[in-house]
Amino acid sequence: MEQKLRTIFAESLEIPEERVKDELEYNTLPEWDSISHMSLIAAIEDSFDIMLDTEDVIDMSSFGKAKEIVAKYGA
Amino acid sequence: MLLKDRIVWVTGASGGIGRSTALKLASEGATLILAGRQEERLHAVAEEIRASGASACTVFAYDVANQEEVQQTFKEAAAKYGRLDGMVNNAGILEESLLSTLKHDHLQRVFSVNVFGTLYHMQMASRLMMRKKQGSIVNISSIIGSSGKEGLSVYGASKAAVNGAVKSAAKELAPFGIRVNAVAPGFIATDMTGKLKEDIYRMRMGSIKMKRAGLPEEVADTVLYLLSDLSKYVTGQTIGVDGGMVE
Repeated sequence: MEQKLRTIFAESLEIPEERVKDELEYNTLPEWDSISHMSLIAAIEDSFDIMLDTEDVIDMSSFGKAKEIVAKYGA
Repeated sequence: MLLKDRIVWVTGASGGIGRSTALKLASEGATLILAGRQEERLHAVAEEIRASGASACTVFAYDVANQEEVQQTFKEAAAKYGRLDGMVNNAGILEESLLSTLKHDHLQRVFSVNVFGTLYHMQMASRLMMRKKQGSIVNISSIIGSSGKEGLSVYGASKAAVNGAVKSAAKELAPFGIRVNAVAPGFIATDMTGKLKEDIYRMRMGSIKMKRAGLPEEVADTVLYLLSDLSKYVTGQTIGVDGGMVE
């Protein structure tokens, strides 16, 4: 799951996979703004075939947090 | 067919404009999700659609003004279809009240369905549409939202809110290939308008230049246009379907 999620992050934010680490946080780089955040959510939901709760969309503030959230959905 | 293989969600699909819209969209090839509270009536519309030989449809009975129920229903739809191409927010209630006799319950009821319910569906529909970076959301507003009428301050305010939401959402969602528009019917012959008091009914008819009430099918035609690629460069608009109402 982690590698699949890393690839989604890299492709959605258009950054190299090496930059996708647990500490990578929302709004700390120009590529991860509010617009790309929604693209990222859509890509995660589509790839893992899940639909996140609104609270989880808001809480997904880092790659580390995203791993926790996606795992919660059994993906 | 203008909507072949497209999945379209219609709230308030059990009667009036919603039912006519569902039948129209199905005849143009859409696979429909029929939503609303009245399960039996929704199934009756689904049966009409099947009998006409159009695409299959799914019925979801829930309270459109309950955010948790809306989210849960969208999860079920996402699991079944994986995408959404069109959203028609038609569910609405019309109740009249003079300002002097206005009660909080009335405000709460009208805004819960007409505004909150519409926004909940816009939110969830747009998230599903983002997956494929395409989609069209059509909110059923009302001419009352822009022109106003005595006794309809609350209803008018709720529809003006819908028009405002359309303007902002259209700008927010355009980068994702999602269009957002509204249709503002004038006086349309439905169960809802049939409940109006006689004097208000007469006043409405007197303000229509075409000298007749509109038909639900005539609203459905405009919804179809906004869902289809015929309007692919149209977003953020509220289109009146009102026979030339002058006030």
